[in-house]
Amino acid sequence: MHIKSKIADKVTLDRIITRIAHEILERNKGPENLVLIGMRTRGEFLAKRIFNKIKQIDNVELPFGILDVTLYRDDFRTSLKQPEVSVSDITFDISKKDIILIDDVLYTGRTVRAALNALMDFGRPSSIQLFILVDRGHRELPIRADYVGKNIPTSHNEEIKVKMEEIDGEDAIYLIELNDQQ
Amino acid sequence: MPLSNKHLLGLQGVSKEDINLILDTAKTFREVLERPIKKVPTLQGKTIVNLFYESSTRTRISFELAEKRLSADTVNFAVSTSSVNKGESLKDTIRNIEAMKIDMVVIRHSAAGTPLYLTKVCDASIINAGDGIHEHPTQALLDMYSIRERAGKLKGLKICIVGDIAHSRVALSNVFGLITMGAKVSVCGPATMIPRRIDELGVNVIHDIDEAIQENDILNVLRIQLERKAGANFPSLREYATYFGITQDRLERNRKDILILHPGPINRGIEISSEVADGSDQIILTQVTNGVAVRMAVLYLLGTQN
Repeated sequence: MHIKSKIADKVTLDRIITRIAHEILERNKGPENLVLIGMRTRGEFLAKRIFNKIKQIDNVELPFGILDVTLYRDDFRTSLKQPEVSVSDITFDISKKDIILIDDVLYTGRTVRAALNALMDFGRPSSIQLFILVDRGHRELPIRADYVGKNIPTSHNEEIKVKMEEIDGEDAIYLIELNDQQ
Repeated sequence: MPLSNKHLLGLQGVSKEDINLILDTAKTFREVLERPIKKVPTLQGKTIVNLFYESSTRTRISFELAEKRLSADTVNFAVSTSSVNKGESLKDTIRNIEAMKIDMVVIRHSAAGTPLYLTKVCDASIINAGDGIHEHPTQALLDMYSIRERAGKLKGLKICIVGDIAHSRVALSNVFGLITMGAKVSVCGPATMIPRRIDELGVNVIHDIDEAIQENDILNVLRIQLERKAGANFPSLREYATYFGITQDRLERNRKDILILHPGPINRGIEISSEVADGSDQIILTQVTNGVAVRMAVLYLLGTQN
């Protein structure tokens, strides 16, 4: 496993966040009915950045929640190691809201599928829009993102690693080459 | 990180890491129970049999709800309406049920060791829901979860278990679990109800309830189990209530804010007065809610192992 290239640094990441924040506000004609939901782990921090950016732009604090989708995953029977579950933190009613669902990488689309099911158990939002920092292709389900930070075509033998200051100590996106044996 | 065992037979010998994993996972499910739709699809396609050879309200409903909220298929088995009445042995019963392709068995039985026996005659994951006077691990786990939720920790806390220690599976599971987690455990009750050599488990024995209240942070008050002939161990229920019953008077006399747990069902006016049981600061009903979350955690951790 080795790093093939660094696709984005701190400045680029911040520019993406700024652009997406504006796109979100533009498409929804303002922040009135919006709520932000970040998917654990890195989606949570991306959501926090969007939260801060929208606060800067429009001076509003959007409702902010964290979603853990482990319990909704479809690979319990096939994966070898048991995933660790953690707590979802959505303290407000999402019914009739426009949800911006946020995650770092979009790959097969299965995690987003799980997130959609999980959200439906919290209420009936009027819409769900998806912001993905990196779309790396290879979808297995009919899912697409409404807001895309970067489109990075990859092979199955590669991986996208998003690093965030809050937990990784740096802001960056890396393209990683996996070993042939894997 | 998975649990290190395929079954949950008791808390004796269960590691601190495993107990922490169960308690932490239970926190996730506690959150699920607060949602408008209290159900997740995690155990879809798994089949769980609830084999209750002994009567139960709380534990059976709690397990059944936990299973349903994880989307497992459940089958209930009650001895009174089964072929056990025709003389079928436990081994034959379990072999036949297993032949119908099941994944997990939750068992309650009046004979200690039944869950262990089941692990030897079938392949399913076995969860002990109480076996005789041996262990009742999920009850102790939910007690520990409730204490941890309230006090923020278990290590170093002084916890006294009050009542019929000798005939209580709840007491024994609590002792094993709490000591593993680093709590200071004592037991209190009439001498006839304290098992000999219990001090060898690292437990302090107290015979005076006032002393127990003064010296502990938490009391776990057990039910006097009339169905296990508890009456033979003391002269009368009234005498037990006088010497060991937890009343408001007694708490005030010792000027002590103390957290009181009770595994239910309550004998009101015997081991605990209604006033104390229904008091604002007690967590007896919270324990019941936590029970569902803890059982979901155990079922999840055992049911998704590969």
